[in-house]
Amino acid sequence: MAVVFEKPKTLADVPLHYCPGCPHGIIHRLVAEVMQELDIEGKTIGVAPVGCAVMAYDYFTCDMIEAAHGRAPAVATGIKRCRPENIVFTYQGDGDLASIGMAETVHSAARNENITVIFVNNAIYGMTGGQMAPTSLPGQVTQTSPYGRDVNHCGWPIRVSEMLATLEGPEFISRVAVNNVKNVNAAKKAIKKAFQNQIDGKGFSLVEVVSACPTNWGMTPQQALEWVESDMLPYYPIGVYKDRSAAKEEK
Amino acid sequence: MAKVTFKTDLCKGCGLCVAACPKGLLAIATEQINAKGYSPAVMTNEEKCIGCAFCATMCPDCVITVEK
Repeated sequence: MAVVFEKPKTLADVPLHYCPGCPHGIIHRLVAEVMQELDIEGKTIGVAPVGCAVMAYDYFTCDMIEAAHGRAPAVATGIKRCRPENIVFTYQGDGDLASIGMAETVHSAARNENITVIFVNNAIYGMTGGQMAPTSLPGQVTQTSPYGRDVNHCGWPIRVSEMLATLEGPEFISRVAVNNVKNVNAAKKAIKKAFQNQIDGKGFSLVEVVSACPTNWGMTPQQALEWVESDMLPYYPIGVYKDRSAAKEEK
Repeated sequence: MAKVTFKTDLCKGCGLCVAACPKGLLAIATEQINAKGYSPAVMTNEEKCIGCAFCATMCPDCVITVEK
């Protein structure tokens, strides 16, 4: 019998601390599988965020470093500029990347730093107990918007991929989701491309992964994935928002 | 026939594999409790398994290994 599917060796053999049904586990596995397939584990340095994924350094078997809240792209910039032979990626949530870390994100994209950013968007602050995030949907009930997000008061959610794609700098900006098997497989392809771009020296690659938070959304894991399909994906459509190399080839 | 093995003690009983199985072969074993205190997912009919690995693809905790 041949093995069709097993845990990648680049993911440590320890139980994940995430809540039951949290797609962080799926996204961790996709990143680990890509590292294994590209055979870059030995020279990869990951930058963990502040948020639910703060302990990602316990799970990936490559070298990891922990950044201050939102500063992962700045830390990754420093590592990559000092050690250009290493592969550097950040793994950040929406409260980290789209809120306190927005400046670092936008400017590292504008500078076209040769790093890979995995951006997990689940429209809520997970670790701190479910407060409203910059990506929470209009009308979404959270701890700090108990009557639903009022856009007249709190503003509109930010579509990070679309915004970054307007910059000249970045090489590759894509949004994927992990709500079903088809989308998970597509997400892996996008993450692999984001790492391959860095190996090829092409520049800043960001993959936004639309994820779920069953615990803080107050849903079962399956309901949460259905809510991703019915409510999140219409506001955050899946797609490739920028791919400079592919655009050049077309010309 | 494919072989599906579970690292039962890592399972958190979220049920995403149960929903992903195209043949409806998986179930949450409510009469069992694992080391973490959750009721784990189990295979109910291995004979009918086609080895598509959809369950393992959706599992957030890498509980499932699929052989074919």
